[in-house]
Formats: sequence, structure tokens, C-alpha cells
Amino acid sequence: MYNFDFEKPSSVADAVAALGAEDAQALGGGQTMIPTLKQRLASPSKLVSLTGIADMKGVSASGGAIKIGGATTHATVAAEAGSYPALAETASHIGDPAVRNRGTIGGSLANNDPSACYPAAALGSGATITTNTRDIAADDYFQGMFTTALDEGEIITAVTFPIPEKANYQKFVQPASRFALVGVFVAKYADGVRVAVTGASNDGVFRWAEAEAALSSNFSASALDGLAASGDMISDLHGTAEYRAHLVGVLTKRAVAAAA
Amino acid sequence: MTKVTMTVNGKEMSGDVEGRTLLSGFLRDDLGLTGTHIGCDTSQCGACVVHVNGVAVKSCAMFASEADGAEISTIEGQANADGSLNVIQQAFQDHHGLQCGFCTPGMVMSAAALLKENPKPTEQEVRDYLEGNICRCTGYHNIVKSIMAASGQDVGAIAAE
Repeated sequence: MYNFDFEKPSSVADAVAALGAEDAQALGGGQTMIPTLKQRLASPSKLVSLTGIADMKGVSASGGAIKIGGATTHATVAAEAGSYPALAETASHIGDPAVRNRGTIGGSLANNDPSACYPAAALGSGATITTNTRDIAADDYFQGMFTTALDEGEIITAVTFPIPEKANYQKFVQPASRFALVGVFVAKYADGVRVAVTGASNDGVFRWAEAEAALSSNFSASALDGLAASGDMISDLHGTAEYRAHLVGVLTKRAVAAAA
Repeated sequence: MTKVTMTVNGKEMSGDVEGRTLLSGFLRDDLGLTGTHIGCDTSQCGACVVHVNGVAVKSCAMFASEADGAEISTIEGQANADGSLNVIQQAFQDHHGLQCGFCTPGMVMSAAALLKENPKPTEQEVRDYLEGNICRCTGYHNIVKSIMAASGQDVGAIAAE
């Protein structure tokens, strides 16, 4: 690992100021960032830890939505997001227990790994990503593998999820990494169903529009019969593009059947 | 270099660290607490699990600077006050929960974290909790058995898989 300066501010304003330095980089729980640094795939001049900012931690629910601070760990979401059970359940299966005690929702969404779970939950719920400067709709936020709408030095301070009538996340894990080989998040709202798919596409997390239309008129697994996910699917040693496309259909049906 | 101070196994410890110094390296190289093992250094194997403010963390995936002011528990702090093995350590000995022993510090620390939040886990819950702890001897069966025994449960019926 190349060396860097380390700062741990206690306010968003101080963090934004610290990130103004050339080649400074925000640090969430570090569960992706630290392995990346070890491989010398990144060489920031300064890391600005966001874990000391009390305003960016915690879970609160009101008015049919649940708001999660950007520096909230997966373990805390799993334990405290009970008003959105599918979200708590999703968080409870990210990584392993020790990773969940460090990794944060803001870090996951800022990284936008194409196989991560939270992007599916955020896009599948039509969440709002709040930064130090603005609110970004999930539909505008995810812009492809490891690419987001965030500007340089912009910090995710909170994520707000509208609570659906029913939802479920199904993850088919890649057995070695335990990341999603494919993951599907289904959420049923009064005004329609959202289906978000992670792990499958070279374009990163995406909404499966045909499935959403079918499920919005008939929320049952059989409504998906005959539908096939299309798009630029990932093909690698863990699974071909055809296999991943097939899994998208299977997991979406399972998610609909399990939605509660 | 920056000075960090943390409470390690009940004692206040300080040292000067670089930004990139990992908690695992600080514990081992600066404090001489080499019971915390570094197996993979890629945060996969869990041999380096310690408790930070009461929760299990992979110390190779946390900077020492992040632990400034924190309460740290390592394998060296697990024995009873009289030096005898604690209930989890004793169970690992009684049920042959270690083979080469390299992963054992992480296994014991993860087990301690599990039993703190779930004092009577099911076998499946133990296996799920150990997802991030890898035993390259593949000695999981007796590790699970040890943790079940440490929780005071009858382990006679746990079949080999």
C-alpha cells in the first residue's frame, strides 16, 4: 500500500473541506477501499474517514420512508431497519459478520460495485441519495459499473427508502467471493412494481422494465412466464451471459413468491 | 506519523503510526500481540478478527488510525483472570476445534462475538456466523461443535458432514 495522510473529521463540512485536497479520497468502512489500496489500484494523497461523523449515522423511519445515514454500517441497518424488513434482510447478508460491522451503505453506493447488494435495494426501492449538496433519485444515480452521479469530493450523507407494501431480495451467491452472481430486488408500491438486478449486467445495476410491467398488473410469479431478461450480460468463469439471464428470471420469480 | 492511543485488552496502549498502518500490523508489530494472525491480508480469511468497541472486525481491513480511542480485545485478552482458558478456548481444546491452529484466534474471537449477541445459537447460525472465517485444514465440524459446546448445548448429536 502506498502511504497517505489520514484525517477523521467529525462534521460533514470538515470532511468536504478535507476532500478539497488534491487526490483526497473519502473512506467509509474501507471493506472495499482497503483491499483496493493493498493492491495499489488506488493511490490517494489523503484518506478522509467518514466514520467519525455522528450526523451520518443511524436509522430513522417516518412518513412511510426510512432514512439511513451514509456512514451507517450494514450490521446497524440489519438490526434497526425493521420498518423495511426486506432492506434489513438484504443488509444482513452482505459480506460476513465482521465486514458488516465496518462496511457502510454510503461506501457501497459510492463504489457501485456491479455485484453489490445495496445498489439493487436502492434502485429497486426508488431511493433518494442525499449528498452534501443535493438529492439524487436512484434512477439518475447509477450510471454503470463503478460509475455514479457523484461529483469529485461529494459525500453521501443519507439514503431515504420509501417503504413498499411488499419487497424481497434474492441473491444467488458466487460461492468463493459470496458476492451476488446475480441478485434481484423486487418491491411492490401502490403505484407499481420495481425490479432491480445486480451482478448480471456489464452496465451495472439495472431495472428490468418488462418484469415491472408484468408484475404491476399481476403480482405473481406466473406473470413472469415467457419473459427473458435481455441486455449486455456479464460472461465470466463463474457463469455465461445466458446463465445469468436465466438466473435473473428465476430469482425474480423467487423474490415475488417470497415478498412480504 | 500520527500518535494513536487505544485500550487493548484493558490496558491503554499508544504508538506512532503511518496513515496506511493497519490495525493488524499495529497490534502485531508495534504492540507485539502476535496472537492476531494475518492469513490472507485480503479480508477474506478472518484469522485477524479482533473486537473493536465490542464487535468483531477484521483487523487487516481497518486502519490503526480508525481505532484511535477505541476499546480493542484480542485473543491475548481472552483467558480468565487466573490464566486458565476461557469457556470458548476450553471448548476448542475439549472438542479438538483446531488442527494447525492458524485460524484459531479468529475463530475464537468470532465465536465470542456470536455468543455475546446470540448465547444459544443453532448449528446453522454458528455456520452462518463463521462465513468470514476460513479454516484451511477444513476443520469446521469440530469448530462448530466447540462453539455449540461453549454455549452450553449438548453436542453429542452433531453429526459429521
